[in-house]
Amino acid sequence: MRHHLVLRVVGKLLVAPILLFGLYVQFHGDYGPGGGFQAGVIFASGFFLCGLIFGLERLQRVLPEAMVRNLVALGVLLFAGVGVAAMILGANFLDYDVLGGTPVAGQHVGILLVELGVGISVFGVMMTAFYAFAARWAGA
Amino acid sequence: MDTFIDVALLALLAVTAYAIVRLHDMLAVVMLSGIYSLLSAALFVVLDAVDVAFTEAAVGAGVSTLLLLATLGLVGREARPPEHRAWLPLAVVIVTGLALVYGTYDMPPFGAADNPVQQHVAPHYLEHTATEIGVPNVVTAVLASYRGYDTLGEVSVVFTAGVGVLLLLRRR
Repeated sequence: MRHHLVLRVVGKLLVAPILLFGLYVQFHGDYGPGGGFQAGVIFASGFFLCGLIFGLERLQRVLPEAMVRNLVALGVLLFAGVGVAAMILGANFLDYDVLGGTPVAGQHVGILLVELGVGISVFGVMMTAFYAFAARWAGA
Repeated sequence: MDTFIDVALLALLAVTAYAIVRLHDMLAVVMLSGIYSLLSAALFVVLDAVDVAFTEAAVGAGVSTLLLLATLGLVGREARPPEHRAWLPLAVVIVTGLALVYGTYDMPPFGAADNPVQQHVAPHYLEHTATEIGVPNVVTAVLASYRGYDTLGEVSVVFTAGVGVLLLLRRR
């Protein structure tokens, strides 16, 4: 990729807005189209671009493969954890009303955490798939 | 105007699908499947399902194309030509398709307000989201709160897919 100057420069300029847009989509899922699934994919594609431009070793210094694997499980754990937290506080599984001062505040907290769990898990799975394929390029 | 857009998009979908079936160059096929996903996303926008269109465009036209290109880097660009003609499967598919089209004559009008599917929980979700959940986006309210258990299942499916990829493709 060293000869492709235009690709390198434009890619470098694009990675930060892509990641920012991914975070925007994640946290504004309540107010517009968006949510965890879309945000996880967009956030991952920012890192894909990084990996394609700068090479896999540099990407793996930022996002080690072990960390990405843990993120996959962390997302599901966060989601189920919100449900269990609701049970500990006395309500049914995944009943968000009890998570805040008022039921509406509890719903907001519940939805935010749950979508975050979804986003983290989807991001982890996309990066895992990318690393799995890319590792085979290097070896093959 | 709406009908024209619908017909145009569906016709482009059919042309893209035919081209995907008939091409042997896998790079062109991957690009065309990205275009197919983008056309499907446009159809979803025409149907007013913006969240779904967003997800389809991001996953289908974005990440899927990238991962398929990564696969092509490993397996090569040319597909083997098929060894036998597929006349019997084609006949089965055509008969099934015609039977399905015949079945749609019994369905209620598309999108009418008094369809049975709009009578049970949909009015409850639409009327009570503002007071019970307090978020403006009803799709997120249904996905994350009213039907949160189903979304937990979806995330578990994504997790299982990730585990499957790790089991099949890790080099160690």
